[in-house]
Amino acid sequence: MGFPDHIERTMELAHPPVKVWAALTTAEGLSAWFGQEAGIDLRPGGEAWMTWDNGHKASMRVERVEEPAVFGFTWHIYGLPDDDPRRTYVEFTLEPAGSGTRLTVVESGFAQMPEENYRTAYDGNTQGWASELGELASYLDAA
Amino acid sequence: MSLASWPATSTPPDPVSAEGSPGEGVEAIAEQVFAALADPSRRAILAALAAGGPATATDLAGRLPITRQGIAKHLALLAEAGLVQAEPGERRRVRYRLRSAPMRVAQQFLAALARDWDGPLDALREHLDTGGTP
Repeated sequence: MGFPDHIERTMELAHPPVKVWAALTTAEGLSAWFGQEAGIDLRPGGEAWMTWDNGHKASMRVERVEEPAVFGFTWHIYGLPDDDPRRTYVEFTLEPAGSGTRLTVVESGFAQMPEENYRTAYDGNTQGWASELGELASYLDAA
Repeated sequence: MSLASWPATSTPPDPVSAEGSPGEGVEAIAEQVFAALADPSRRAILAALAAGGPATATDLAGRLPITRQGIAKHLALLAEAGLVQAEPGERRRVRYRLRSAPMRVAQQFLAALARDWDGPLDALREHLDTGGTP
């Protein structure tokens, strides 16, 4: 499998799941280690965001909230245009391990789009642009 | 893109099933993009189409240090790979247009490589260990 669809990391943390959960799912927690500033509406379908000093902003949509074991969200694929509909899914799983936590993060969906879909979706987009530019030209010609 | 098409849990995919589906199609597309970009002449042609919009082989030969024959050969190869599209027209007036779809698939590949989880997770550990109370 050359095209990495999944990224996965597991780490042992010397802190109980409830503490790790707070770091992952609160604005104060996220802004302490991930973003510079953060906000979160912690419920499935809720919005969350993080910003960084370099001007980068991440917008997330909360998908799974099973305190204190599973937290999942989707976000935009970094590097793709802002209007691109594709998103990856990030899921944190917290398991008690002794007095600490085994934390797993899986980000999936990098290779999500099958060929037939992408051809339709993006050829549509390309032609959309060409026809929009054509409409702009007609509009200017008529004015 | 429906969420239902994604794994609902964090169970890693078994390597056998991961080989077949959707990754394979995108892998082939990404490979064509990277193969095209590995050649400096093809890179120059794609860059010229991206920067200046659709152009004929003659236009491109006028702008790039590549012979018209060379341009034509590379354009045929790029069209075969779906990276450029010939617009209908009289033979020497055929204009070629960049197809952005395969490029976006290649971007997905790069996005996976560029995603840094190690840095943030180190920061998470440090945040917890230094007694940061969120």
